[in-house]
Amino acid sequence: MLVSLKWLKDYVEVDLSAAELADLLTMAGLEVDEIKLIKPAFNGVIAAQIISVKPHPSADKLSLCDVTDGLQTYPIVCGAKNIKAGDIVPLAKIGATIPGGYTIKSSVLRGEKSDGMLCSEAELEIGDDATGIMQLPPGTALGKPLEDILDLGDTVLDVGITPNRADCLSMIGIAREVAAITGKKMKIEACEIRESAEDINSITSVKIIDSDLCPRYSARMIKDVKIGPSPVWMKTRLEAVGLRSINNVVDVTNFVMLEMGQPLHSFDFRFLEEGRIVVRKSRQDEEFISLDGKSRKLDADTLLICDGVKPVAIGGIMGGLNSEVKDDTQIVFLESAYFSPASIRRSARRLAMPTDAAFRFERGIDPEGVLGALNRAATLIASLSDGVICKNYIDEYPLKVPAAADISLRLSRINAIIGTSIKSEEVIKILQSIGMDVREPEIGRYLVTPPTYRVDIGREIDLIEEVARLYGYDRVPVTLPGVSVAEMVTIPRLDLEERIRCLLTGTGYTEVINYSFITPLSVDYLSLKENDERRRLVHIKNPLVEDQSVMRTTMVFGLLDTLRKNANNGSVNLKLFEMGRTFLSRGEGTLPEERNILAGLLSGTISDDLWNSRRNVDFYDIKGCIANMFLDLKINNCQYRSENTETFLHPGKSCNIYLNDNKIGYAGELHPDVQDKMDLKVSSYVFEINLDIMATHNAGDITYKEISKYPAVTRDVAFVIGSGVETDHMLNIVLQQKEDLLENVVIFDIYAGKGLAEGTKSLGLRFSYRAPDKTLTDLEVNNAHEKIVRNTIQLTGAKVRGE
Amino acid sequence: MIGELQQLEKDALAELATATIEEQILAVRTKYLGRKGLLTGLLRNIAQVPDEEKPLFGKRCNEVKERLNSKIDDALKIQSSRKKEDILLKEKIDVTLPGRFISCGRIHPVIQVRREICAIFASFGFSVVEGPEVELDYYNFEALNIPKDHPARDMQDTFYVEENVVLRTHTSPVQIRIMEKVQPPVRILSPGRVYRPDSDISHTPMFHQMEGLLVDKGISFGDLKGILTAFLKKVFGDKTTLRFRPSFFPFTEPSAEVDIRCVMCNGTGCRVCGQSGWLEILGSGMVDPAVFQNVGYDPETYTGFAFGLGLERIAMLKYGISDIRLFFENDIRFLRQF
Repeated sequence: MLVSLKWLKDYVEVDLSAAELADLLTMAGLEVDEIKLIKPAFNGVIAAQIISVKPHPSADKLSLCDVTDGLQTYPIVCGAKNIKAGDIVPLAKIGATIPGGYTIKSSVLRGEKSDGMLCSEAELEIGDDATGIMQLPPGTALGKPLEDILDLGDTVLDVGITPNRADCLSMIGIAREVAAITGKKMKIEACEIRESAEDINSITSVKIIDSDLCPRYSARMIKDVKIGPSPVWMKTRLEAVGLRSINNVVDVTNFVMLEMGQPLHSFDFRFLEEGRIVVRKSRQDEEFISLDGKSRKLDADTLLICDGVKPVAIGGIMGGLNSEVKDDTQIVFLESAYFSPASIRRSARRLAMPTDAAFRFERGIDPEGVLGALNRAATLIASLSDGVICKNYIDEYPLKVPAAADISLRLSRINAIIGTSIKSEEVIKILQSIGMDVREPEIGRYLVTPPTYRVDIGREIDLIEEVARLYGYDRVPVTLPGVSVAEMVTIPRLDLEERIRCLLTGTGYTEVINYSFITPLSVDYLSLKENDERRRLVHIKNPLVEDQSVMRTTMVFGLLDTLRKNANNGSVNLKLFEMGRTFLSRGEGTLPEERNILAGLLSGTISDDLWNSRRNVDFYDIKGCIANMFLDLKINNCQYRSENTETFLHPGKSCNIYLNDNKIGYAGELHPDVQDKMDLKVSSYVFEINLDIMATHNAGDITYKEISKYPAVTRDVAFVIGSGVETDHMLNIVLQQKEDLLENVVIFDIYAGKGLAEGTKSLGLRFSYRAPDKTLTDLEVNNAHEKIVRNTIQLTGAKVRGE
Repeated sequence: MIGELQQLEKDALAELATATIEEQILAVRTKYLGRKGLLTGLLRNIAQVPDEEKPLFGKRCNEVKERLNSKIDDALKIQSSRKKEDILLKEKIDVTLPGRFISCGRIHPVIQVRREICAIFASFGFSVVEGPEVELDYYNFEALNIPKDHPARDMQDTFYVEENVVLRTHTSPVQIRIMEKVQPPVRILSPGRVYRPDSDISHTPMFHQMEGLLVDKGISFGDLKGILTAFLKKVFGDKTTLRFRPSFFPFTEPSAEVDIRCVMCNGTGCRVCGQSGWLEILGSGMVDPAVFQNVGYDPETYTGFAFGLGLERIAMLKYGISDIRLFFENDIRFLRQF
């Protein structure tokens, strides 16, 4: 909320600088975001008195004046007719600036010297009057700057009001806080109302049908008003806080709302059919044109202010075009009401009308402040528009808004919560400073009645907060909680993620974070099958953009998108990973399934370094990354299977990853079609692994195996097998034979081509034999080796190359 | 004769001093000490020495011989090691060429900050917990004392999945889920992704928050100040100045915003702190009794405090990043800087 310092000073004395005041408010919970200086649109304009006026010898429309600023007399040529000797008027002296960027210079007009300019209101942008020179009151001190005379220029604080502090949405509200913090007294003049003989009840009536939405509705009537511009003081007040001046009635309703926090509305009585007001809920699809000229369709429970026939305002939100105060309005029906906060909030949100009035009503206005504001506004309207206030007022109050009951407050509790030893006297003083009625029926226990405008205070803890903030958070001693050991909750997956993060970054992969929401087209880009579970998308009802309208069901899409963006910047050699969640819908009314997934992407060359190896990455790089990770995690029972792989992967260069026969992920080259569809410049290799399953997998404990002191003996064999036979198949057959002396077997060569039959390949294996307790003889090695080779040939139909 | 001997030694040493290669050194040895060498020649002439001087002359000759031999050996050793050095120097490489290695990947800056903060709070006995990112309205709002149609809902714009299902707007719902399951004492930390429909230079529709909760008997606002002061000094340095300022969160009361003196301008006012000299770092407060009632804790027995902070904000301040969107664009040129 914007707070004008000048306006504020109408209600409380402030002898601090703006910065000091801002600091105090901030430290009391009213955060000042900005301090703005408002300067008048002119500079160097002073009050001057006209000594003489005589006609210009050679121009009929001009006159020659001598004016004085009390020290010096200036010759001025002037075109206005409304001036005479003795008038006190604004003089823009030589060097002064006036709106429009003009600087006043000494000049000669039709042969006569002019050392300045007399100004109209319009020329100074103080008012609209351009008909003549602005007249200042008699007795105005000559030579005094005009901005000081008119009290122009201001300092405005932008104060952030938290949703609980509805009472601070007004100048008086802020003034109360200032008074409480600084110890100064409030100065609010009582409103004296002068009524005519005519009784409002003889002219109009108010009927509340839906009192749950409108517990209180009060009204006054002002007759014989003359609509016109507001005086300068009113305009400058409103403009300082960002409101546009409209006329002397509407301005008053805005002014009093800002002053007292009570939104008001003024109707032109002549448009109220049957001359009465009915307060009711809207009917479904009832249409209404509000003040902003927009036609709106309402639903069934929007509160409407109606006349005898039709709606004339959306209660607490905005008036209607059909009943607004116009230039020729004579009778004003002034409304001051209390509306149900929840109802106003619902309606304002549904209609997308976050008006100043709605903002205050939904936060809760002072239900007992309704009449005070009504009288204040009626008085102001009458005085500014020369109207008369009818006798009496209407105050329909069918549903009493419950005031907070007495709140019981314990001194011990205050100090326990805050961690202080505040004395009873100080507590009482603090509470009284913010208008609380405090009684102390027994030592250390108080009964507190908050003022009716503090709608946020209803519990002991609310009072404790008030004590704490006014006592000063900075005075609370810093302590540390005692050592009572809370049970440590551990999530094994988080440890796993940390380990993976270290390993992957250590092997060159960089961590990315993609948005959890992606385009619904992602599943089509990836060519997922119709029955793929990843088509169970969770849709966001109000996405910012369509591209971010569903929760991701796969992580790979985000990584591919990251590749695309980086490739556009010229970075194609990427090693990326992300850990995050995917979301699979389980249908309406149930939260989706959230899975923790590790995903990776590899593209371009193995190294960025031009000087070293620059081969392109391939399937075995991504597989190696995964295998190395499992090795580090001591997970040794995973398998890579080539059947039924993902639709978005190259069918010949992809696999599913299994852990104990449970599928936990996949890896492979991106399908060239998908690469094209996603506009990717380079081929890439991707994987996804389910971390939840991995985390439940219990990696075996480490048991040390004795290192043999005896040498190993190796034998190489090249098997010729069908080119489609997978290496795993061969190795499994070798290992199935459970030869004790066989320490390990590794691949040393794969060859196909010249010298081998079409459709075959050679798989070179190196067998390593060793005994734990002795050096093996040739004979022992040969026996074991020949048996393995023989059996392998028998079981696979392989041939030994060269035989 | 003694004089000749002295001259001979002098000459030999002088020659040796100028000998730089092996052959020259060996030539010195041959010239003076060889079978036909000069010293040998002198010894041969011993007959000319008076008898009483003979033993002394012999002794001197031997001394000179030994000295020269040892000098020549030294010279040979030095020469030989110099030769090896020369061979090694010929193998000289350009050490300024780049090293060969697997270039390390980087951990995302937001995760780096998360790790650092988690480690600090782990030392205070807090353990990390998690909850769903797609959350029930009840946990995200109502259980946290933010009823429907309450203006406090304006504090956080919300992505909706269904009427009662939202993308969590903060990590606070996790504290409810945990308190429903365990009894105090509670010391938990819940980091994670949160979502709010907002996108500009200082907002992204997804970001990371860290929520902390401590519940026990006798916990006060002073303890909140103590823990958070210790935490912020660890993150931003011992000299960091803090202020606790009253604020409002529906699920804490009293509530406090915690500011630190601007790390950019040190409090004199700059663009980063909006000329105020202070930076808002986290929100905190004593858990509202209504929240305890919602999870079945007795607010008369237990008190506690909660706090929440945005990880991107901390990362931006730590690394001098001015546009939050960079964190999620994943430009490798950005990520490689951390």
